[in-house]
Amino acid sequence: MPLLDVNGLWMKFGSLAANRDVSFSVEEGQIVGLIGPNGSGKTTLFNCVSGLYKPTSGRVTFAGKNITGLPMHRIARMGLARTFQVVRPLNEMTVLENVLVGAYLHSSDERKARETAQACIELCFLEEWRNRPAGAMTIGNKKRLEVARALATSPKLLLLDEAVAGLTSTEVHEMVELIVGLKKSGKTILMVEHIMEAIMPISDKVVVLNGGVKIAEGPPREISRNTEVMTAYLGEKFSRRLAESGVLKEDRP
Amino acid sequence: MFIWLGLLAVLAALAVIPGAIGNRFYAHVLVLVLLYASMAQSWNILGGYCGQVSFGHSVFFGIGAYGAGMAMVTYRGVPWPGIIAGALLAAAVSALISWPCFKLRGHYFAIATFAIVEIFGRLFLVWDWVGGALGLDYPILDDSWKYFLWSSDKTGYFTGAALLFAFVFGVVRFLEKRRFGYYARAVREGQETAESLGVDSMRVKLTAMAISAFLAALCGAFFAQYNYRVDPPMVLSLDMSMKFVLITILGGMGTFWGPLLGAAVLIPLQEYTRTYLSHFGAGVDQMIYGILIMFMMIRQPKGIMGFLAEFGLLGGKDGGDI
Repeated sequence: MPLLDVNGLWMKFGSLAANRDVSFSVEEGQIVGLIGPNGSGKTTLFNCVSGLYKPTSGRVTFAGKNITGLPMHRIARMGLARTFQVVRPLNEMTVLENVLVGAYLHSSDERKARETAQACIELCFLEEWRNRPAGAMTIGNKKRLEVARALATSPKLLLLDEAVAGLTSTEVHEMVELIVGLKKSGKTILMVEHIMEAIMPISDKVVVLNGGVKIAEGPPREISRNTEVMTAYLGEKFSRRLAESGVLKEDRP
Repeated sequence: MFIWLGLLAVLAALAVIPGAIGNRFYAHVLVLVLLYASMAQSWNILGGYCGQVSFGHSVFFGIGAYGAGMAMVTYRGVPWPGIIAGALLAAAVSALISWPCFKLRGHYFAIATFAIVEIFGRLFLVWDWVGGALGLDYPILDDSWKYFLWSSDKTGYFTGAALLFAFVFGVVRFLEKRRFGYYARAVREGQETAESLGVDSMRVKLTAMAISAFLAALCGAFFAQYNYRVDPPMVLSLDMSMKFVLITILGGMGTFWGPLLGAAVLIPLQEYTRTYLSHFGAGVDQMIYGILIMFMMIRQPKGIMGFLAEFGLLGGKDGGDI
């Protein structure tokens, strides 16, 4: 049984359908990449899964439970945490306090919550900024804070909405390491990303959206050769470069 | 830790003050500073920490005042059961009212609370059971803690106000550093973000509202006891609601000492201008009040606490922690 299963999901805003009949699943322990051009409905899909939007129709199942249309805080409590593409730091609170809000989800004990928060702060390279107001940080650090805060809720599934975009190349490297580390520690990750060099090598599976419709799903190597994905998003030159670079995993039997 | 010591120091200082000053006017001003600081702090839980600006707190204040007043006048007893009942009722009413209002965001919530004051003000004016427009006049009784009434001097009220102050500030300090405190601030800084982290924002707001209303009602009960009477315009007015808001804004919203600082500046100013400048006509105190708030909003929206932080007088790494 997959950890997350999205089945026939539609999200309409008036006459505009941002997601049309999207279905895919995420197995436990996997990193699944969600890619596609701007406006293809990736963030909308995240919002539907995490409970920010109520899908027009379709079904979202998480850990065997139907979570379609549940409020976001209840979904979070069940172990599904997300970050926001447009970062949303709790500005007037310090980095530690931001992360504490997440850490308090499963323990009202201050000492325990602080321990959890501290661990997440260190993991996300934020130790130096611990007591700074979150609103005063650089965009890169705000992105890390998004991840640290979500992690503090001890999620089973982590939804990362462009956690890497906007970082410097060193930071990208660190973040990718972090994501791989999280996978190794048993977390499941669904991530939206535009930086192909970051997402393709680490994903077990890639789902491609275009115009709200899923146009492809499969291992990164297969996706990089898919003609439809090439036309819609990657471009022919880039696909070749990606395939030749040798960063992609071999197809699994 | 320092906060608790600070609170203790303030109380210790207050304990010796009434003996040191025989002047009833000073004592009166001090009692009012403590009362209004407590009122502002009760509002601060919801408006400052949780970010839900309410102009309806005079309703809860009024319910508390009427609780004490009716126990004394209508039922000819001691005020205590009325104070408790009033505070509980205020908490219940606040939760019932805010259930629909909290679905409104930002300014719309604030506007809805305006209407509530009007509704309750009118209702109490025509409601005979609570004394209608005439209000409730206290009987003449002996000075005692039993009745919580004193007419010969202000020492009793002063001690009462200090206890009220200690209780309200103690409750806020207790909550501030616990899960609820963090959740309340998270809801203020970003409701959706808080929800994404598992915070049930509706529950947090309702809890903040109920605690806030309970404490505001205790302050209202004290106000009725202090004035020997209660009538609708005295308590159920927008004017009174604004005091809750303005004192906190002046002192610093969402800060622990802000409400005390705000009251310590505004109340003496109000009382002195009312006493010494009233020959210029009514409302001079209000004008000075208004100018001060305007200056503050333009110069330092974070209030006196913001000023102190700006000049590095708070010691801590961030003003929000004090």
